[in-house]
Amino acid sequence: MSSPAPLSPTSTDPLPDDLTGFAARHGLLPVGRRQPLGRYLRELWSHRQFVFELSRSRFVARNQQDRLGLFWNILRPAIQAAVYGVVFGLLFASSTRPHNWIAFITSGVFVWTFSSQIAGSGARAVTGNMGLVRALHFPRAALPISATLVELLAQIPVVGVLLVIVLLTGQEPSVYWLLVIPALLAQTLFNTGFSLFAARLTVHFRDFAQLLPFIMRLLFYLSGVFYTVNRFPEWVRPILLGNPFWCYIEMFREATIGRETSHMEGGHTVYGHLPPEHALDPKVWLVGGTVGVVACVAGLLFFWHAEERYGRE
Amino acid sequence: MNEPTIVVDDLHVTYKVVVAGSSGAPGGSADRGGLRGRLSRARLRGMREVRALQGVSFVAYEGEAIGVVGRNGSGKSTLLRALAGLEAPSRGQVYADGRPALLGVNAALIPELSGERNVILGALAIGLRPKEVRERYDEIVAFADIGEFIDLPMRTYSSGMGARLRFAIASQTTQRVLLIDEALATGDSEFRERSEARITELRERAGTVFLVTHTLAEIERSCTRCLWIDEGELRMDGEVDAVLDAYRTETKSGRSGGMGRGGRLGRAGRLGRGKPRTTED
Repeated sequence: MSSPAPLSPTSTDPLPDDLTGFAARHGLLPVGRRQPLGRYLRELWSHRQFVFELSRSRFVARNQQDRLGLFWNILRPAIQAAVYGVVFGLLFASSTRPHNWIAFITSGVFVWTFSSQIAGSGARAVTGNMGLVRALHFPRAALPISATLVELLAQIPVVGVLLVIVLLTGQEPSVYWLLVIPALLAQTLFNTGFSLFAARLTVHFRDFAQLLPFIMRLLFYLSGVFYTVNRFPEWVRPILLGNPFWCYIEMFREATIGRETSHMEGGHTVYGHLPPEHALDPKVWLVGGTVGVVACVAGLLFFWHAEERYGRE
Repeated sequence: MNEPTIVVDDLHVTYKVVVAGSSGAPGGSADRGGLRGRLSRARLRGMREVRALQGVSFVAYEGEAIGVVGRNGSGKSTLLRALAGLEAPSRGQVYADGRPALLGVNAALIPELSGERNVILGALAIGLRPKEVRERYDEIVAFADIGEFIDLPMRTYSSGMGARLRFAIASQTTQRVLLIDEALATGDSEFRERSEARITELRERAGTVFLVTHTLAEIERSCTRCLWIDEGELRMDGEVDAVLDAYRTETKSGRSGGMGRGGRLGRAGRLGRGKPRTTED
């Protein structure tokens, strides 16, 4: 074969010598660099309609697949509560059960589920949406935030049902029940942060999603879903207070069914019960609220810090 | 003079891949995305480097539609992904006006949602306001031409329908640079005409369109310029006819002799930032 035709370039213009300077002179910026935080947050805010629509669509789609649809959001934790109720009801003598055992364990499981769902959907928020991430450009934090909103949409009717159950167990409704709203809000903030953390960690270490269920299982046992803090020695209690999952469950219980108390009397521990109007423990509410805000802000910073990596392999 | 929309400055992209097996057959399982065994000698802990792009430089201007040709695994898709910021350069940099939008074949948006939801969400994601989304919805759906399927989940779509819908959404982009990777290949002739018209439209709106395709006729019809990527390097950059002629000549001549490294005689004189390069590695 004769030598190939000379491949002389015929580009329209010769390349400038200093491409970096040339790009800068024309206002072109490096692609794939993450934006400064302020601009990122503004862009995220301008995508709020996207976040809402995505959450709503996902929520509807998720519930369309099963015959019972929306109802499963309530049925799932209800069955769980029943299982735990039976198991721990058999394990623990009735004398060690806290006041209003059914409402106690149901609220524990229902409130816990809101956060534990995030462990699944938050962790998959980026890695499970690669099609979207690769095809379109938007602030990626929209995905874990939307994952949280989907769970919130599912949790609102669950809280409604929970209040009905509490009512059916003979609890007098009171104005304190309204405190369920700030409790849910604080938990939502915390969950948003949790979701952002889990989403980024899963991008770095795919195995994290495998590990997370075990971490959640451990946290489940540390969150007072089926026991009260008073059953433990004094020194354990501050540790539980440091567990936000416990805080959110406790906040809900204090507002609706009250709180168990304990004091020593003649060498024995005597357990009492405080109704909601006397049950509120400012420490719990302060910690719950603060941790929620801090988790949300820290999660956003942590997620933003790897923004340019999402969609890459 | 037209303003530049993309500046690619000595772009290198190197993949680190985990080699399956102890030695890893060259060009076999180590290849990601069909990359043709450009494996470096550096091996660390079962990792191997694949040099997908090796020093590509060019400037794209507004109003250009740039076809990208090259054999399978030459680095075309990697180039587009790098332009979109989805690939981290191991050396060099890509500068762009805004964030180029990449339209690939496998970019199923949200498979479990209906076409309708995908249109709305996709349009919101690329930054359209809710009002604009409502205004353009009918146009997007008409362009995609998927009929009754618009109410069904996107996972039920044929590849052609999915590609049409994605193109219809992504071509609404507010970004000035649109990167199309084989995304039009699955459409029928009628859709091809519509999409070619849309590409011209984007170009005339002072945008730049990149088109990766194996259908050379498509580049002839809708492109103003052509890049030929070969083994991770920019082999040729210029007028569509000239580049395609050279590309066709070489592809016809077979791969064994003419495609070897020694076959690239003209490379040293190419306008690759004026740096002369030898053909020896």
